[in-house]
Amino acid sequence: MTPSENWTPDQPIVALRDVHKSFGTFEVLKGIDLTVMKGEVVCIIGPSGSGKSTLIRTINGLTPVTRGSVQVEGQEVHDGNLDKLALRRKVGIVFQQYNLFPHRTVLQNVMMAPLLVLRENRKEVEARARELLAKVQLHGKENAYPAELSGGQQQRVAIARSLCMRPDVMLFDEVTAALDPETVGEVLLTIKQLAADGMTCILVTHEMGFAREISDRVYFTDAGRICESGPPASLFDNPQDPRTQEFLSKVL
Amino acid sequence: MTAYSVTRLTWRAPALAAGLCVAATAAAMAQQGGEARPSAVATLVIWMPFILEGFVLNLVMSVLAMAIATVTGVILGFMQISPSRIVRVPAKLITHLFRNSPWLVILFAIMFLIPFQIRLPGGDTVMIPDWVKATIGFALPVMANISEILRGAVASIPSGQWESAESLAFTRIQTLRYVILPQCIRRMMPPWMNWYALLTLMTPMAAILGVNEALGNTQAAMEAAGARPELLIPFYLFLMTIFFVFIYPISLYTRRLERRFATGS
Repeated sequence: MTPSENWTPDQPIVALRDVHKSFGTFEVLKGIDLTVMKGEVVCIIGPSGSGKSTLIRTINGLTPVTRGSVQVEGQEVHDGNLDKLALRRKVGIVFQQYNLFPHRTVLQNVMMAPLLVLRENRKEVEARARELLAKVQLHGKENAYPAELSGGQQQRVAIARSLCMRPDVMLFDEVTAALDPETVGEVLLTIKQLAADGMTCILVTHEMGFAREISDRVYFTDAGRICESGPPASLFDNPQDPRTQEFLSKVL
Repeated sequence: MTAYSVTRLTWRAPALAAGLCVAATAAAMAQQGGEARPSAVATLVIWMPFILEGFVLNLVMSVLAMAIATVTGVILGFMQISPSRIVRVPAKLITHLFRNSPWLVILFAIMFLIPFQIRLPGGDTVMIPDWVKATIGFALPVMANISEILRGAVASIPSGQWESAESLAFTRIQTLRYVILPQCIRRMMPPWMNWYALLTLMTPMAAILGVNEALGNTQAAMEAAGARPELLIPFYLFLMTIFFVFIYPISLYTRRLERRFATGS
């Protein structure tokens, strides 16, 4: 996707305006406004069922919106004429359940999309894939199959797989929620390095300590609305909204 | 523990069949009573090549029918999961029609619907042998079942696989080709082999329509040997044994595959 002609890097790279989403008669998102600048790290926190995952999936068009606007680099995502495949080259996503391809090795998992979708040169892709796997501390696991890896290792493969498409924005949908506690740290460390490298990251997470440490901005959602947002220090230490206060008092 | 029970199963059933065979032969020989006519077993030995020749046609029909059923069934199965209604609905109709019709009825219908010869554009006529028609008749119900097996296998792949492929900008065709299908083939192997075994066991139905396969030849051989009642048991037992020897290893292997896939190794 070529950025919209009007878009410049000093404008939000991701912008949601009044986003509504209903499944049948149940309204999951009730008017979400959210903007992310290039290089920013944004965390979305809130109770289960508050629509966090639905929200993040609207950004790469996995979940179509009912009403409102989602823009990535100035282009409307939920426009019937948009080249969805082009959008997805720009926006990577990592899921709670890793969703690696079980019949392919780690290296093949990482290389598949650039080879098939971007039709890049195999040697270049392989070099990049190996480099990324080393970066997520999986050197030596290139020829393993996903089932042979721990949850934390699989999740890091999933991150490398997304990164190999060289996206501009990375989405993380509760990526540590299915992991054993001892492997959560290694995944968070990977994300932290990514953020330090300047990648624009949008995370849905239940790891409050991590959200506080890594975020430029935190959004608290409840019942399909954003109740409060702000820099982590003010949101965590001095929440204004009663629902935020109640939630934080339970989880912190 | 499981390995032990498999071995026992493997040997018990054929041993039983062989025992039956010997007992029946002995019984048939006892009936003889010193006549000048060749014994039932000797008669069988004389006709064995003729029956086996018929069995070759059973194998040819089963392999051909399975090939046709696999290709058409896979195409139908893909049509069943198409996002387009115009493609999906006819595929579902065909699948359900042939899955829920008696095989013999399909066989008769095909036999009388397909002309016995077709005229080529050049003016020549080509005869369609009965066994070819029977092959098509056997292929249709298996095709419908393979179509369902494919649809079911695709549906059994977790939705996360589709989502991650979609997120990596794969097209639908790429997702099917590189992500979904390779995972389906594993799951489809045991039922596919099951249907091959079933199909092979159904091929003697072609005898009703005059195809000279194993059953037809067995009956013709007994007729030619004087239609003596004592021929019935050895001849039919021989026929069953041929099918058994061919099919049993397939079902054993299918069961082993199923068990291996069930444990996920």
